[in-house]
Amino acid sequence: MSTKVEKICSNDLRYRNGVLNSVYIYFKENLGILIGLLSMCIILSVLSPAFATTENILNVLRQVSTNANLAFGMTFAIIITGIDLSVGSILAVSGTVAAGLIARNGLPLWMAVTVGILVGTFLGFINGFIVARTGMPYFIATLAMMQIARGAAYIYTNGMPIRTDSPAFTALGNGYLGPVPLPIIYSTVFLIGTSILLNKTKFGRHVYAVGGNRDAAIFSGINIKKIEILVFTLIGFLCGVSGVVLCARMSSGQPTVGVGFELDAIAAVILGGTSFAGGIGKIGGTMIGVLVIGVLNNGLNLLNINSFWQLVAKGLVILLAVYVDILKKKKKK
Amino acid sequence: MYMDNVILEMKDIHKSFPGVYALNGVNLDLIQGEVHALLGENGAGKSTLIKVLAGIHSVDKGEVFINGAKCRIDNVQDSQKHGISVIHQELCLVPNMTVTENIFLGREIYKAGFLDKRSMHIKAQNLFDSLQLNIKVDVKVSSLSVAQQQMVEIAKALLVDSAIIVMDEPTSSLTEKEVEMLFKTIRELKAKNISVIYISHKLEELFQITDRVTVLRDGKYIGTKITKNTTKDELISMMVGRELTEYYTKSKHDFGDVILKVENLSKANVLDNISFNLRKGEILGISGLVGAGRTELARAIFGIDRFDSGTVTLEGKVMKIKSPKEAMDSGIALVPENRKEQGMFSIKSVSYNITLLVLDKFIKMAKVHNNLEEQITDEYVQKLSIKTPSNEQPVGNLSGGNQQKTVIAKWLATMPKVLILDEPTRGVDVGAKAEIYSIMSMLAEQGVGIIMISSELPEIINMSDRVLVMNKGRITGILEREELSQERIMQYATGGIKDEH
Repeated sequence: MSTKVEKICSNDLRYRNGVLNSVYIYFKENLGILIGLLSMCIILSVLSPAFATTENILNVLRQVSTNANLAFGMTFAIIITGIDLSVGSILAVSGTVAAGLIARNGLPLWMAVTVGILVGTFLGFINGFIVARTGMPYFIATLAMMQIARGAAYIYTNGMPIRTDSPAFTALGNGYLGPVPLPIIYSTVFLIGTSILLNKTKFGRHVYAVGGNRDAAIFSGINIKKIEILVFTLIGFLCGVSGVVLCARMSSGQPTVGVGFELDAIAAVILGGTSFAGGIGKIGGTMIGVLVIGVLNNGLNLLNINSFWQLVAKGLVILLAVYVDILKKKKKK
Repeated sequence: MYMDNVILEMKDIHKSFPGVYALNGVNLDLIQGEVHALLGENGAGKSTLIKVLAGIHSVDKGEVFINGAKCRIDNVQDSQKHGISVIHQELCLVPNMTVTENIFLGREIYKAGFLDKRSMHIKAQNLFDSLQLNIKVDVKVSSLSVAQQQMVEIAKALLVDSAIIVMDEPTSSLTEKEVEMLFKTIRELKAKNISVIYISHKLEELFQITDRVTVLRDGKYIGTKITKNTTKDELISMMVGRELTEYYTKSKHDFGDVILKVENLSKANVLDNISFNLRKGEILGISGLVGAGRTELARAIFGIDRFDSGTVTLEGKVMKIKSPKEAMDSGIALVPENRKEQGMFSIKSVSYNITLLVLDKFIKMAKVHNNLEEQITDEYVQKLSIKTPSNEQPVGNLSGGNQQKTVIAKWLATMPKVLILDEPTRGVDVGAKAEIYSIMSMLAEQGVGIIMISSELPEIINMSDRVLVMNKGRITGILEREELSQERIMQYATGGIKDEH
């Protein structure tokens, strides 16, 4: 009585031609936003001769590197239907602590950097721990952490930037690997690392499960609390690294750094096609979102447009991109 | 003989969606005061037809007559204006509002600019009284049972003087007793000359409550029968388009050793001293009314909820179950009662769903072996004959039966020794039901111990080797296969007799 299974694309190309096909799928999934990014680049190249230069492109990439790191982490949070509002504040704490340990305590560079990153990781862990243990909404727990960590950064620095003139430290943010600025290298490593984590590991699949259907995940024996803690700890780590690097670039630990960074990271994640409903999203998409925001800022700068307009433009781009996405989904139905 | 009081007539309705011909020349006529069943497998077009009637979908071609006058239904308001009320499977009530507030939502009564709570209260109470229902109108809807909530929906429909009430699978989450209550109310509606379109998969019910049956298959109109002049077999063959020779597959084989032993399991106010054995290859049915503690028992054994005292022994070893993970690792699987909320990941692919619990088999050191993943998926798609266009199809796009089979596949992939199925055929069409029964038999034959919790007595009686009946958290009876009958089970389920077992 069982009907024969009909399968249109069993053994389809994807599994024979791995790399090529994943590139194809990547383009197909992100077609809309990629066209947007590309047309923006073309228009800017025409309008401003300074845009399509190696120098400017590296500049854009370096500028977006911090947002990229934060947005990669934010992608995990949003996939599990969460959010992390504390990324900017945690970044500030990590940076100021690293700078402080060098300038005030004379700790060796490696130790100061490690402690800075660990502080960020630990604060992320606390976010995850609170959420997992108490069942507090992500929004509330991280909103509280946003205040606490920002306050801690002010307290630690007395509200004043901590200057460091250690050239080795500064080099972490301003150095180059060949022609490529170091922050770009770090972000590339994180891009690859977080992609692998999300696509190629059990942890990644479980992240999608928790976001896709929490109850079903529980019934599937997935330890939701563990996933939550790991996700927020990962975000904390990424904030820690970004904070230290940013601080090194500025040669000082500034308690005010990173205000509003959480919103840019969220914007990038959304532009990249991650759904607020959970269970859907890719690091590769987030990367495009980051680039869209970066190119937009850079282009408007090059065209000498008042920076206030940049905010308006960013908002409009988000509305447009999400609207296109909604239209696409409606059409599918 | 009825021609003069046809209240609704839908003629040659066509509706297509991109890639799907959902309705292809469907007819339906409804007589005043009749209960008319709409029958068909999932995907037959019942829901689409109802959505046309409710004004959610517009038709491509076809005509709708109400009281003999041709009319257009372009939106939900049009539909309501014509006296049509639809009670959807997912009830549309606001849980934190009272019964009265829900009934009057959007059509509140005002007096001097303020809400006239008194007259709304009285009117609401009168409505329930006229249906002979004992529901307090000032309690919050969230405190009512699903069955009572349905009654609130019905009352809501009566308030606007609906002439036609559509019920979409109203009994899918009701117990036998609650179904009785619903039927009583439906008869009250009939007495008020209100017509009911009744959608259900449960054939037994149709014979109890409906006057006529219209069968759809693959979006086509197959025919309309007068219920008392037709048979279950005839309806089934109309639905599936072929004779269904064996509906319940039950293999005959010997049982092995005791595999699962539950002793004195208790949880305050939920489970009271539950003890039973399950043997290899046995199908143990668990019957009882909703709230009897059946699902809670399954959840406790599977580690979703903690229990206060008692032991669960698997293959002679006392288990320490703190979470589903431990239960899973030791070979217990639970297919939960609520497929959409607890069982599946709708937006994720068939392949993702089937392989989620066996990721270790093909993900090693941050490398996914796609071939292996595909192999595992194919194996279970074939074994359970899951009908899907591809393994990459989101499960949410499949029919209810195939969704359920995917959830079962997810658990079979873990090669369980004990499989607990909670309402395994809820919301599943006849064809898929029969397939699920044959899968159960196949597993039992292979020595898997199966616990089947079900509110459908025919299923319990035909599939179980033994039946454990529960009432208020206690086991009130254990019946052997030879002693099974609907009456006996119901007696135990309602706590009527104490059992000496």
